[in-house]
Amino acid sequence: MNTNLCFCYSDSKFTQQELPACKPILTPQWVISAFMLVSFVFIPIGVASLLASRDVVEIIYQYETECIPAPMRGDKLKFIQSTENKTCNRKLIVPKLMKQPIYVYYQLDNFFQNHRRYVKSRSDVQLQDPKNENDTSSCDPEDLSNGSPIVPCGLIAWSLFNDTYSFSRNNQNLTVNKRGISWKSDRDSKFGDNVFPKNFQNGTIKGGASLDTTIPLSEQEDLIVWMRTAALPTFRKLYGKIEVDLQANEVIDVTLQNNYNTYSFDGKKKLVLSTTSWLGGKNNFLGIAYLTVGGLCFFLAMAFAVIYLVKPRRLGDPSYLSWNKNPAGH
Amino acid sequence: MDAHNPIENSPHPDIALNSSSRKSNSSSQSKASSRASIREGDSALQTFSVESFRNSGSKPMRYGSRGAGSEGLNMSQKEIKDEDSRFIYINDPDKTNERFEFAGNSIRTGKYTILTFLPRNLFEQFHRVAYIYFLVIAVLNQLPQLAVFGRGASIMPLAFVLLVTAVKDAYEDWRRHQSDQIENNRVASVLVNGQFQPKKWKDIRVGEIIKISSDDTLPCDMVLLSTSDPTGVAYVHTINLDGESNLKTRYAKQETLSKMPQKEGIRGLIKVELPNRNIYGFQANMEIDGKRVSLGPSNIVLRGCELKNTAWAIGIVVYAGRETKVMLNNSGAPSKRSRLETYMNREIILLSLFLIALCTVVSSCAGVWLLRHRDELDYLPYYRRKDFSESEEENYNYYGVGMEIFFTFLMSVIVFQIMIPISLYISMELVRVGQAYFMIQDTRLYDEASDMRFQCRALNINEDLGQVKYVFSDKTGTLTENKMEFQCASIWGVDYSGGKVALPGESVGCSVEVDGQVLRPKMKVKADPELQQLLHSGKETKEGKHAHDFFLALAACNTVVPLLVDTSNPALRLIDYQGESPDEQALVYAAATYGFMLIERTSGHIVIDVQGERQRFDVLGMHEFDSDRKRMSVILGFPNKSVKVFVKGADTSMFSITDRSLNLNVIRSTETHLHTYSSMGLRTLVIGMRELSASEFEQWQSSYERASNALMGRASILRGVADSVENNIRILGASGIEDKLQEGVPQAIESLRQAGIKVWVLTGDKQETAISIGYSSRLLTREMTQIIINNNSKESCRKSLEDANAMSKNHAAVSAGTQSTERGSGSSKTLLALIIDGTSLVYILDTELEELLFQLASECSVVLCCRVAPLQKAGIISLIKNRTDDMTLAIGDGANDVSMIQMADVGIGISGQEGRQAVMASDFAMGQFRFLVPLLMVHGHWNFQRMSYMILYNFYRNAVFVLILFWYVLYTAFTLTTAITEWSSVLYSIIYTSLPTIVVGILDKDLSRRTLLKYPQLYGVGQRQESYNLQLFWLTMMDTLWQSFVIFFVPFFAYRRSTIDGSSIGDLWTLAVVILVNIHLAMDVLRWTWITHAAIWGSIVATFISVIIIDAIPQLPNYWAIFHVGKTGSFWLCLLAILVAAILPRFVVKVFSQYLRPCDVQIAREAEKFRNQREFVSVGVEMNPILDPPQEMRR
Repeated sequence: MNTNLCFCYSDSKFTQQELPACKPILTPQWVISAFMLVSFVFIPIGVASLLASRDVVEIIYQYETECIPAPMRGDKLKFIQSTENKTCNRKLIVPKLMKQPIYVYYQLDNFFQNHRRYVKSRSDVQLQDPKNENDTSSCDPEDLSNGSPIVPCGLIAWSLFNDTYSFSRNNQNLTVNKRGISWKSDRDSKFGDNVFPKNFQNGTIKGGASLDTTIPLSEQEDLIVWMRTAALPTFRKLYGKIEVDLQANEVIDVTLQNNYNTYSFDGKKKLVLSTTSWLGGKNNFLGIAYLTVGGLCFFLAMAFAVIYLVKPRRLGDPSYLSWNKNPAGH
Repeated sequence: MDAHNPIENSPHPDIALNSSSRKSNSSSQSKASSRASIREGDSALQTFSVESFRNSGSKPMRYGSRGAGSEGLNMSQKEIKDEDSRFIYINDPDKTNERFEFAGNSIRTGKYTILTFLPRNLFEQFHRVAYIYFLVIAVLNQLPQLAVFGRGASIMPLAFVLLVTAVKDAYEDWRRHQSDQIENNRVASVLVNGQFQPKKWKDIRVGEIIKISSDDTLPCDMVLLSTSDPTGVAYVHTINLDGESNLKTRYAKQETLSKMPQKEGIRGLIKVELPNRNIYGFQANMEIDGKRVSLGPSNIVLRGCELKNTAWAIGIVVYAGRETKVMLNNSGAPSKRSRLETYMNREIILLSLFLIALCTVVSSCAGVWLLRHRDELDYLPYYRRKDFSESEEENYNYYGVGMEIFFTFLMSVIVFQIMIPISLYISMELVRVGQAYFMIQDTRLYDEASDMRFQCRALNINEDLGQVKYVFSDKTGTLTENKMEFQCASIWGVDYSGGKVALPGESVGCSVEVDGQVLRPKMKVKADPELQQLLHSGKETKEGKHAHDFFLALAACNTVVPLLVDTSNPALRLIDYQGESPDEQALVYAAATYGFMLIERTSGHIVIDVQGERQRFDVLGMHEFDSDRKRMSVILGFPNKSVKVFVKGADTSMFSITDRSLNLNVIRSTETHLHTYSSMGLRTLVIGMRELSASEFEQWQSSYERASNALMGRASILRGVADSVENNIRILGASGIEDKLQEGVPQAIESLRQAGIKVWVLTGDKQETAISIGYSSRLLTREMTQIIINNNSKESCRKSLEDANAMSKNHAAVSAGTQSTERGSGSSKTLLALIIDGTSLVYILDTELEELLFQLASECSVVLCCRVAPLQKAGIISLIKNRTDDMTLAIGDGANDVSMIQMADVGIGISGQEGRQAVMASDFAMGQFRFLVPLLMVHGHWNFQRMSYMILYNFYRNAVFVLILFWYVLYTAFTLTTAITEWSSVLYSIIYTSLPTIVVGILDKDLSRRTLLKYPQLYGVGQRQESYNLQLFWLTMMDTLWQSFVIFFVPFFAYRRSTIDGSSIGDLWTLAVVILVNIHLAMDVLRWTWITHAAIWGSIVATFISVIIIDAIPQLPNYWAIFHVGKTGSFWLCLLAILVAAILPRFVVKVFSQYLRPCDVQIAREAEKFRNQREFVSVGVEMNPILDPPQEMRR
């Protein structure tokens, strides 16, 4: 650093460090009102969140074991890799009235979609524009198939989830709307409408679903949803929407195609039907957190008020200064 | 100055003159220790010269004050070894430079050329550990196995910092090149082929002969050959060199004086020592005409000086360009490291350990995970160890568990790199520049009298100013103004100190008319009318005669040179007395006021206007001041051919040579007066004289001559000669000179004491003077118990120290007793003051007695050290530094304070009367002692508070971010995925959060200036390190842990088993952490100006904008995430919950501790806010009663 500082000399409020300033001081009144304010804001939010969460109706059905025929359960891996029929019919009972739209999710447990090798293994430019289809350098080891580039390349696309679900009620098919389950921004800008799958899943080992090579990527919504990699190892992905109400105690027949191999790593698979609230799915955490913080602040406000009354201290009283308390201090 | 100005109305004393001119030629060698110049020649020319250049002897009261002095003597006797010297052939630059290419005279202060800029600048920048850390991380990140961040993201911060610094360096260097250009192209007149021709400075070579005219600046260091003065004297102004404004005298040698190089040519060889930095030392031999002459510091004039009062001077270049002494001295300010930074480094080591721990956890967990899944890895959809696309299945990007663990470790270092807050170093530099800016700009640190603004020479110890516990102060020039003023005299036993009022009409009495021009001294002194009357009328009385002799001695017995200065009025010229010693100047001005005006001083004689009558005296010899004799004498030949010796010196040395048989009453009363004077704080000198009989004179003359020509031990022989003549002195009287206290010193000292700072005064003055200054500056008070240690042997020192220690313990016990009984009644314990002199210190420092002294001194509230030498000053500081951790500050103004200033943790230079030596060695420089109070109490306090908060905050800010990354890594199979985008990681400490902390570090103020000055006790916050200590560090880290926990786990639980994607939750975390750390800062900001508002809220807005920009790039996986997640209610609820829950513990602790156990700063801040009237009154009462009796007495 240069040691010879030369500044123009001036006598302004700025240079004399006397700019007009606000000097907030935490007075008891201020502190108590702050605590009260927080508790008055937080407790209603907490209550509202809990109510919202309570209103969400959720049906969770874990099927990765149940959907394997009982004799095959000894070697699940062998079953899933075999070509046997993997259809699996189950009945679900609606516990409460479910208002449409009812979201159909699949939930995977113990699947590290956030694994470093996994999240890096994609080529965003390739998805966007057919000109960039050779840009597969980041997609190892799913970059090329017999020397020509795979579209979409990379482990993420390769491992596309391929279980399917169909629902019926009283032998009447329930339509699952699979349109609009992905982000609009992804369909519009990230996945090209002139990019078509190429050489996809024709390697020695199939990771998951195959794609219809006649449909552009921007319309392959399952892929788009799958490519939004999940933040945590337990995650849900939107499968589709049922756009009719389901009455309480109704029996829903589910036909699953249990294709996806999570057995190699003990992953769980769950089918989830859920309504939503303004806060999203069923989760009491935020409500509890808000109530806790709000309650704590209320308690703190009370505690501080008590202290203020029991042991009042006049703010800025110089007799509290250490050298005034103890005359020999200095 | 013309030596041959005919002197009228007094018969020319031929014999005396001749003898004097012959014998006195070597008087200059008698100059005490620092003179290395020897005049061997015994020519008939008048060579007596007036010495006024600096040496240790020329200041009677400041013996031993010039550190540079003592080597000179030894050197003059030594031969210069050939290998340590260089040969210069006079007027033969080719031959001179033949064997060794000496440096040319072109200078280059610029560091770089266009070619060398890049490598050299980079090399210099990478001297900082921080940058190397950056670099290593960036390089690691380039390895494909470790590439955590993209190339651009990893290199950008380093590149940015390097670029900014490089641009700054380049600009500064360009400026230096510009000034070099101007300097190098100046023109000097150089002898070429027998003629002086103009030549550019840069072309001047060693060995060439140069002619300098009056008022020219010297282009290089040169040995004088001849000057316009027939005696070879040249006067130079050295203000550019050492800042001293008085003229220095330099001499050409006899042997070269008469040679006219342009006519006859001159041949000779000069053997000079190798270039060195000592501007007060020079050593060389000259061989000319077969004779060998030795050269000393008085024969060389240095680059940067200006020739004054001399029409021309011719010299030979001995050092040029970068080898000149001024360039060798051209080094930067000393670099010190602040105490806070030392502590900070300790915490940084803790953080590094923490970082290593995090990385170890991650890598070992990763290893365990890999081992547990080793059978599945090949087919794991999210791992896929095997690459099936090739015909042979091979491992893809997998190097075995061991290597994977190792790579994971390195990668985690890269990801968690900002745990070590490298940006903190850069922020700290910026903050210090800002703080320095405000210190420099402060009008309260601006000295109007000298137009001197505060200078920040060292930029990295600003915050040390807030922790000082010991102040070591010089006295003369620091506590006092060093403007000496003659106050009173005791002549022949009569005290004349009545003259307090200067009557306007009196100026007539102190001006003389010469050739129609009126001469008047530049400064007027208040005169005692009684004494004036006596001098005017009572010429024949005994008292009158003595008074006459007294003032004659004052006018003659010195080394002052009168300079005539033209004024706007052509008929009036002012006499400016130039001299090395302010005391002597004061005495000469006083003599002039009383009608003894020194008008001219040349080599062999002086002209004094005595009561309107011009008289010429021959200076037959002069024994300069030295610190052993502590006196000086001059031998004058009177117009009536009598010879008298006048002596002046310190009282102790003078009374020892007094003829006690004469006038014992006079001596006694003089002693009494001296005592009175010195207890008034005046500096005293005793003046005496003796008439020499013809035989005595002869005897002295021959021994003087012999001594002058002695080859070995000349100085001691000369001292012997001086002793032989300085005896049986008749005391004429004594003078009292006031060294005025600087403005505001007593108040400043009182404030310092209240602030818990121990003030030690280290002075060269004698004990009485020191004590009286101590009283007048309120350092000492009447209630204090003085412990005086004044011993001459080690044993007696030990004894008195032990006694004093016992006494102080006693005191402490007693006062502790009283304190406990009458607690709160306001009784304070008796304070102790230690007064110790330099002689005792000789036996104490560097022996086992140091420990005793330290114990004693730490019990005392005031320590006064008198008669200490410069090195002892440094020794005393190291005594404290070695035994305590307390911050020491030294403040001084003279060259004698340099060692002390450099030794102390903080060195402050006062730029006063004594030149700029102290300022050059200091870390901070200012104009007045009293500025110390605002500097320490206000700026020091602020700087320390700001800096310590900033360091802790930066630790917190970076650690909280790293911890969030770490928590996430635990849920990614330990693979160092970051949900926060890499650009946000990089920008976090650069854009998102850096500006507010810098702004707060520069601008925040915990208390106003007024409060801080009103309660100096608040300074204790810094001394006790209340705002930065290990405990606070750990508290901060606990808080950090909690906050990171909240930031991470609120979204984690809120979004568990949901469709949330990594980018969205990453954006939530990014925004949450940035807003949180800014809110955290906002909560601690004490003074909100619009700049603070702009910085804090602006940073949050800038973060939003950055996140939006990053999320608007379709090529990144996180495309549009912020817009999606921002539409959901849970995002905002999470954000709000995070902010409140994370800040809550800190807020609660803050509120409760402020309310229940408020610190002083807090109370003072509340008082400031609520303008509590009561305290204003009570403090006013408390501070008033301390008055200042001695000062009152003297004014």
